[in-house]
Amino acid sequence: MTLAHRIVPCLDTDGARVVKGVHFERLRDAGDPVGLAVRYNAEGADELVVLDIAAARDNRPTFLETIRRVAEQLAIPLTAGGGIRSLEDARAVVRAGADKVTVNTAAVERPALLGELSREFGAQAVVLAIDAKRENQGWQVRIRGGRAATQWNAEDWARRGVEMGAGEILLTSVDRDGTQSGFDLALTAVISRSVSVPVIASGGAKLPQHFLDVFTEGAADAALASSIFHDQVQSIRALKEFLQSSGVAVRLPC
Amino acid sequence: MTVTLIDYGAGNITSVWRALRRLGAKVECADRPEEIVAASCLVLPGVGHCGALISSLDARGLREPLLEAISRGTPFLGICLGLQALYDSSDEAPRFAGLGLLKGRVTQLPPHVKLPHMGWNQLLVLRASRLLDGISPEAYFYFAHSYAAPAGGCETAATCEHGREFTAVLENKSAFGVQFHPEKSGAPGAKLLENFLRLAV
Repeated sequence: MTLAHRIVPCLDTDGARVVKGVHFERLRDAGDPVGLAVRYNAEGADELVVLDIAAARDNRPTFLETIRRVAEQLAIPLTAGGGIRSLEDARAVVRAGADKVTVNTAAVERPALLGELSREFGAQAVVLAIDAKRENQGWQVRIRGGRAATQWNAEDWARRGVEMGAGEILLTSVDRDGTQSGFDLALTAVISRSVSVPVIASGGAKLPQHFLDVFTEGAADAALASSIFHDQVQSIRALKEFLQSSGVAVRLPC
Repeated sequence: MTVTLIDYGAGNITSVWRALRRLGAKVECADRPEEIVAASCLVLPGVGHCGALISSLDARGLREPLLEAISRGTPFLGICLGLQALYDSSDEAPRFAGLGLLKGRVTQLPPHVKLPHMGWNQLLVLRASRLLDGISPEAYFYFAHSYAAPAGGCETAATCEHGREFTAVLENKSAFGVQFHPEKSGAPGAKLLENFLRLAV
């Protein structure tokens, strides 16, 4: 009886369609979110993340409709985010069927948002997304899709975010994102050991070994990837079988 | 088969509603005492804060009708906070009295493990429960909580462990409770809900 390490596919959308690119650039269409959600649900994904990476105001109703259509098909938890700036934004996403909401830039600009969300939905529904970039001896927190620098060091911000009400951290390595060269293990381990909440590692996944490394050396509780699952480079079931045979607790459907 | 889903206004009930509908049940949301009294089968979902759940039930005058329905034998399923609310009290909201159907206090899981206890975990089945009929003892269920009910009571049908052992499935006459979220627990979760619906027919 052990808590399983989670495999979390992520759908980056422009509101309506799944898109992909490196560092939010050179976006191209990667499919219908509902079709992918159905496939991941059946393949044994432990959870699904759906992000609106455009996060444009006028596009909001489209994104909410996407969440509704995806939620309709899922029997696993759904996390949604991108462009959530207020309690009201979060309510709309939860009402559309998300179990958890993720916040990033808005939380850096106004950390009290985390407390507001946590009081309304419970800390288990509040995911703080942190984009971290290696800088000198540590990692700096970046916002606005990784483009803008902040004064925060990733460790301090993660701890502060948890104090303010975050119940989970979605940690993306800006350096590794889109490179398929493996997760940033040092970053993941540092953050995972400095907070009391679960950490989802993101950025750089390709090989099954990358996942094994991030669960062992990186001390991650969950690992997220997008394009390797969308493009069927890696099947979730085969990945989980590899992890189980390597001694990592995972959920294989019985 | 009509399931009355208690909508106390402070939690997200959409996924429970959807999961029950998928199983062919007719689902009615209710927040008035007379609806609880008339129900043939009750589900209390719970996401959020225990204090918000208890105070919302009390503000709507649902405490007495709910306890009365349970004592009359109306099948009841409490999910997550809906399970915790059945006990005397919870450390998450010490100022509020729980429904008190079951003896004991809900306490926080120990701090040496990561909290919330979030993700998929397995059960230790202590005794046969009608809710778990046909479900593999190896099955995983989705948990998302930091507080949990004690494990020692005779109502406990299955436990789970995260830092300490706690009640994951309970059965007390016609009242059932699960600490995990069957509506988000894939096929085994759907089977559990189906078992509950079958009991309620």
